[in-house]
Amino acid sequence: MARAEAPEVLPDPTAAPEAAAVAVPPELVAQSLGEWFRAWAARLRAGQSGVLPVVLGLVLISIVFTAISPNHLFLAAGNLVNLFQQSAVFMVLAMAEIFVLLLGEIDLSVGFTAGVGGVIAVQLVEPVTTKWPWWAAIVAALLACGLIGALQGSLITRLRLSSLIVTLAGSLILNGVMLILLGLGPFSGYPSLLSHDANVQTLYKLMWGTINPVVSWIGMGVVVVAIASLLWLSDSRRRRSGLVAPPVGLTLLKIALIAVVSIVVVAICNINRANLGTLEGVPWVIPIVLGVFGVWMVLVQRTQFGRYVYAIGGNPEAARRAGVNLATIRTWCFVLCAFTAGIGGLLYASYLGGMSNNFNGGQLVLYAIAAAVIGGTSLFGGRGKMLHGILGGLVIGGIYNGMYLLAIDVQWQFIVTGFVLLVAVTIDALSRRSATSGSAARV
Amino acid sequence: MAKDSPLAAEPLLKLRGIEKHFGPVQALSKVDLDLPAGQITALCGDNGAGKSVLTKCIAGIYEVDHGEIFWEGHPVHIHSPRDAAKLGIETVYQDLALADNLDIVQNMFLGRERLRNGLLNEDDMERGASQTLASLRVTTVRSIRQPVGSLSGGQRQSVAVAKAVMWNSKLVLLDEPTAALGVVQTKMVLDLVRRLRDRGLAVMMISHNLNDVFEVADRIAVMYLGRLVVQDRTAAFDRQSAVEYMTTGVAHRAQGGNGEGKHGSS
Repeated sequence: MARAEAPEVLPDPTAAPEAAAVAVPPELVAQSLGEWFRAWAARLRAGQSGVLPVVLGLVLISIVFTAISPNHLFLAAGNLVNLFQQSAVFMVLAMAEIFVLLLGEIDLSVGFTAGVGGVIAVQLVEPVTTKWPWWAAIVAALLACGLIGALQGSLITRLRLSSLIVTLAGSLILNGVMLILLGLGPFSGYPSLLSHDANVQTLYKLMWGTINPVVSWIGMGVVVVAIASLLWLSDSRRRRSGLVAPPVGLTLLKIALIAVVSIVVVAICNINRANLGTLEGVPWVIPIVLGVFGVWMVLVQRTQFGRYVYAIGGNPEAARRAGVNLATIRTWCFVLCAFTAGIGGLLYASYLGGMSNNFNGGQLVLYAIAAAVIGGTSLFGGRGKMLHGILGGLVIGGIYNGMYLLAIDVQWQFIVTGFVLLVAVTIDALSRRSATSGSAARV
Repeated sequence: MAKDSPLAAEPLLKLRGIEKHFGPVQALSKVDLDLPAGQITALCGDNGAGKSVLTKCIAGIYEVDHGEIFWEGHPVHIHSPRDAAKLGIETVYQDLALADNLDIVQNMFLGRERLRNGLLNEDDMERGASQTLASLRVTTVRSIRQPVGSLSGGQRQSVAVAKAVMWNSKLVLLDEPTAALGVVQTKMVLDLVRRLRDRGLAVMMISHNLNDVFEVADRIAVMYLGRLVVQDRTAAFDRQSAVEYMTTGVAHRAQGGNGEGKHGSS
């Protein structure tokens, strides 16, 4: 380690000790759990709170809506599962948006890209027309979305056009394309997934299908044990070899947190939530969303591609001099964004049980950006995680769901969601400013 | 260094008659410069004297129009930064080119990440970065995993230099490494520059600051209006003559020298 042999340690006078302590993530310097909590508290006081605000926001939303919803319905098992299903689209679209937000770019077309993806899949499986198998329809929809991303990304990176304008134009164009695709076939613009055809039902089940409770428990157990052992092995290997590693207590705390959250989620899903008969088990959409989350998290945080995305978002010139091909990485981010939006579109179509011209992609994209920013991803690039999409999506879904339970008019839903976005953007800008002014000391 | 001793007479990098035009503007004319291994050469000159252009020619950002470049005695052509890196030339620019949102390890390995099974091998990279920093005695950072944005100016400079020497480089070009640093941080960076020399690297340091130059440089080269007007051991200069070379291209006062820069050794 660097500090092992320190014959001449120069004190660094420009960095005030507290400021330096606050700038360093607590797990890097803490030797024990107690130290970690103290370092964490110091960061909180300095306004660098990580995901804490969004988690507190979720708790606040739950308390308020439980208190004021009729029969305190908000926290009922049925509603919680419903909430997750509603949030799933926001989460996936937010994760899509995070790919481009990390670059410091924006994609305003994810809503209608999702719409086009959803319509393609629904139209292709219709038994009276094309009759494609469900998996082929999904592949076609996602490929089409990826192509949309490649086109927009190429315009943005090769011709150096503004991503804001290109994707704004893209959004309009895709809105039109979606309406044209909706009009095809004998469905009067409303192709449906409600059918006895098993092939069609598979798409419907993306959102509404459930996993048998016993299988749910076993699956959850396997996943949690796998994640816990990976975490434990890697942390303890790093501790043994003297690398920067979190204290044992923190590793255990993380594992415990993952286990508790998983058990609670599965337990809630396994409560019978039907008014009549039986409806229980984990909906398919949960493993689908978590699978997307897991794969994208590894891509962004554990691969060279992900590292370059962060580098470009932080300092494009540094990335360029390091030999990174900026245009290629940027274009791929737009492809991945649109591809992920396509997954969101499939879930949306499944949630609605079909597609219709009521699909409001313009509103969805704002919710997606709001969810990413509320979760903690910066609009200025270089800062953000896939987890932010999950947490922010839950916040947006929670507000949406709670106000729906209270039968609040749609105009007020817009206003409240708008204010939440404003607050999140303000926090993002302020924390960025304080980070910059904090670093004034280093010049 | 020992392995270089047979070539002690031969500088690591030798430039002969280097010329560079930008349209009608003659940015460099007939520049001859030697950069010996194990020595710090300070490149001085007023604004617009051609220091940056010369540096960029060595770093491969510009291609020279005329002239020869000898690397370890052999003629070479440097067409791109990649060619320079292949030879073992690394440049630390004034803006450092660090990504503030990435940590020290991530910055040091940016563009040359080590992989295992297709994924980033963080443990290996952290060990490598940590060894390099320790060998350069960059010891003031709290954690090698803290974001570079949280470092002080001197620490950032140190990380940028450490990044440059990590790749078996033989020549390090430093562009104004102490500009905008405080007294203590300047000392920290100059100590680091000395350690590069002690490792046997050739160092070329562009600097305006004569205090720094006289403190660390073994040799001084002065540019004036695109020409290299003098290069010699530091002991052959005093402040006055250095300033005169920088401002007028010649030293008027023949104090212990003949005004052409090749001062007597006594």
